Amino acid sequence: MSWSWIYPLLATVGLAVITVVSRSFFMIPERELPLPDWLKRGLKYAPLAALTAVIAPEILMVQGELIDTFMDARLPAVLFASVYYFWRRGILGTIVVGMAVYLPLHIGWGW
Amino acid sequence: MSVSAALGRTLRHPSFRMAAIDMAGTSLGIAAWGLVTGVAMVKSGMSVGMAVFMSLLVYAGSAQLAVIPLLSVGAPLWVVWLTAACVNLRFVIFSSMWRSYFAHLPLRQRLAVGYFSGDVIYVAFMKRFPEPRPAPEQVPYFWGAASTNWLAWQVPSIAGILLANAVPLSWGLGFAGVLALLGVLLSLLFDRATWLATGVAATAAIAAFALPLKLNILVALAAAVAAGLLMEAVDRRRRQPELLLVPADSVMPPEEREHVEAGDVVPLREERHP
Repeated sequence: MSWSWIYPLLATVGLAVITVVSRSFFMIPERELPLPDWLKRGLKYAPLAALTAVIAPEILMVQGELIDTFMDARLPAVLFASVYYFWRRGILGTIVVGMAVYLPLHIGWGW
Repeated sequence: MSVSAALGRTLRHPSFRMAAIDMAGTSLGIAAWGLVTGVAMVKSGMSVGMAVFMSLLVYAGSAQLAVIPLLSVGAPLWVVWLTAACVNLRFVIFSSMWRSYFAHLPLRQRLAVGYFSGDVIYVAFMKRFPEPRPAPEQVPYFWGAASTNWLAWQVPSIAGILLANAVPLSWGLGFAGVLALLGVLLSLLFDRATWLATGVAATAAIAAFALPLKLNILVALAAAVAAGLLMEAVDRRRRQPELLLVPADSVMPPEEREHVEAGDVVPLREERHP
């Protein structure tokens, strides 16, 4: 019997608990708690640090090694997507532009 | 009063419908996010059943997208959960703002409000109720906004899961999830300290990639937060920082940048999805 479903199941249940606890955090106690300053300062760095830690290897590495070629569809896709973001400030457009560069290079050229 | 009677009264309340109308404008954007997240989940190798289960239960766009690459390599659960908790930190801040409206409700309802709340609902809610004090029409308004948000997210998310299952993995559609996270990341780069922190995180995550158990995530988190806080400490005047809500898809007002760099203001970026 395969137990491979246990891991994603446990992960999902834990993530759901994180959703409830983070979204109701300061509503849980009966007495009002002050919003600590370190939490506000943490807000500035922790989310972007986590996002970067996850996506940097997804964009810049292949098989555990730094990309050593420019012929990888991810690089031009990320470049154009970022340029679009700073030009128009729209995240959906960023995704669309990135995929419009990525898909032809990836499927067509095999980059 | 029975549950169904209370539910009926909420559904018929004019504020419920008003909230649904207020949310209509942003629903298309939320739907696009849902679609991308659904596709990215399945294309990371997750089964359709598990992806639907995760979408319905977790209901948090950026956190789901951020943990997908970790789950696909079987990262330890605590790394997965820590990453999600960091990405969800903005919700903790929002929860303190919701408290001024809903502190009088019983705990179970407060937890339900928390679970179904989100950035977009908060922004709509603040436009209707700028004064932070409870009013009777706020509860039906909240549920009107929350149910619109839930539908606008879950229907496209599940559609994405089913559609993606029919598309070959080799197309690389899962890359849309990485681009979505890239967009969120770029929207959080408000000043020099945030750029520096993200550079440190990227370098550390790649340099420490060979560490077992996905510990490179932890190294990158610690290094980036330390770098950001150190950068602020250079100009240490220890004032209490103010929070500034910056709407999605917009530039922070230029006059605020100075305050952000000085550490007087912490920007709180709205995200257009649950």
